[in-house]
Amino acid sequence: MTTATKDWSGAPSGRQRAVAERTVRSIRRRRIRSGIMVGLMYAAAALAILPLILIIIHLLRLGGSAVNWAFFTQMPRPPGEHGGGMANAIVGTLILLGISSAVGLPVGIGAGLYLAEKRVTPLATTVRFLADVLNGLPSIVMGIFAWELLVKPVNHFSALAGGAALGAMMIPMVTRTTEEMVRLVPISLREAALALGYSRWRTSLSIVLRTALGGIVTGALVAMARIAGETAPLLFTALGNSFWSTSLKAPIAALPLQIFTYAITPYDDWVAQAWAGALVLVAIVFVISLAARIVTRRRFSAGD
Amino acid sequence: MAVPAPSTRIAIERLDAFFGVVHAVRGVSVDLTDRTVTAVIGPSGCGKSTFLRCLNRMHETVPGARVNGRVILDGHDIYGSGISPVAVRRQVGMVFQRPTPFPTMSIRDNVAAGLAVLDRRPNARQTDEIVERALRRAALWDEVRDRLKTSATGLSGGQQQRLCIARALATDPEVLLLDEPTASLDPISTQKVEELIYELRTDVTVIIVTHNMQQAARVSDRTAFFLGGELIEVAPTEKMFTSPSDERTESYITGRFG
Repeated sequence: MTTATKDWSGAPSGRQRAVAERTVRSIRRRRIRSGIMVGLMYAAAALAILPLILIIIHLLRLGGSAVNWAFFTQMPRPPGEHGGGMANAIVGTLILLGISSAVGLPVGIGAGLYLAEKRVTPLATTVRFLADVLNGLPSIVMGIFAWELLVKPVNHFSALAGGAALGAMMIPMVTRTTEEMVRLVPISLREAALALGYSRWRTSLSIVLRTALGGIVTGALVAMARIAGETAPLLFTALGNSFWSTSLKAPIAALPLQIFTYAITPYDDWVAQAWAGALVLVAIVFVISLAARIVTRRRFSAGD
Repeated sequence: MAVPAPSTRIAIERLDAFFGVVHAVRGVSVDLTDRTVTAVIGPSGCGKSTFLRCLNRMHETVPGARVNGRVILDGHDIYGSGISPVAVRRQVGMVFQRPTPFPTMSIRDNVAAGLAVLDRRPNARQTDEIVERALRRAALWDEVRDRLKTSATGLSGGQQQRLCIARALATDPEVLLLDEPTASLDPISTQKVEELIYELRTDVTVIIVTHNMQQAARVSDRTAFFLGGELIEVAPTEKMFTSPSDERTESYITGRFG
């Protein structure tokens, strides 16, 4: 054996020691660099949620005191008269959410299912692209368009017009999440249904859509949370209303509009009410988002 | 034991299947015997799964796929004009390589899933009876009888596959197609499914695609060997594995390729 000259038991040679030292130095350097990077990531994560925390603290400080039982049950009062609430605006926002869901969900889910089934046809590609454009459309444009279409011809503002404008904004969001969720359903499941003698549409509705339902509900709730605070489309459509109204054909109050109206007045009472309204609006969005999270979690613990 | 004269259940005449320009099944003609198990073997990509999927018109569900030729089941060409693929699939059951229980449905509803699309739907009590019978035939009843209302995704892989077999059997198909039904199962589950296939022959015509030649030898009465989209040879399984007439069959079986 001429090559077996390595001495495993003896003291390290000078060369070996140099290599070892270099390795130790290099590991230390990497550890330091890794530590810095991890620290930066933590800082970025903290910064990302900082605005939300600041907003909530601010809202609680300025609006918290005005949120009481009366705020939810009473009507707005004239400036100077203490108390009062935004019952009409809270109910109005819920009604608008209802109308927009009635408009946006069926159309959005239907279109999403279509896109998922007909992935590459020219029409599907076009619809997908236009949905993305619609998603990026400034909401003020949506408002003015709804005004032209639904307010101007009948000569009065209405809850219906506001709900339609918001619903139109929901459509692209719901479409895209529905498509994503339906695509997640394995093709093997679709084949299993077809092999049992299910027709295509029955496979889509009772197997594919049902399997994707949890994700679609989550997407719908996220879209509702997104539009709950929209103000611009409502300026030309629902308009706002300082009185109690649940008529779909009349102007209707909405929290974002009421906040806007109150916040720009010089009256301290009303400004405080505006802050309280903002707090309640954030709470509504928070509850919807929380519901979306719960639905998502149930979906992943039950299936897959 | 007296064996009645074998009769043909499915007659396949000059069957060609394509994926776009790929010619996956080439001019296959074969008669499949009633109430026997026919195994289809061959190397990967030889067209055996595609062949199977032509027998219940599943092949055409893939974009760009098409079929030529005739598949005669009970005197009718399933590709004849006026025959709906949906009607064909209700008569010909199929089980796939991976278990495909419907995740939103309970065990009971999974088994009953095929009944829901029948023209004459059984009522709830009849459905319960059919579900029990199908689960017994699939040798799963004793393991799930206490949790029929729970989600099918809670079952093990082997149980899920037997559930899929029960689901296919619930509508009383005359023909059952199995596309590598044990490929994703452990040995014990595989054995259970094989025993089940062996017992099914008394009243169902079974066609099973398998990669596993021992499996073909264990469960089938007849074996068909595919190579490059063509049917090379079909013969009683025993003859196939002892004295095949084509030398390509022999080299595949003895492990020289594939």
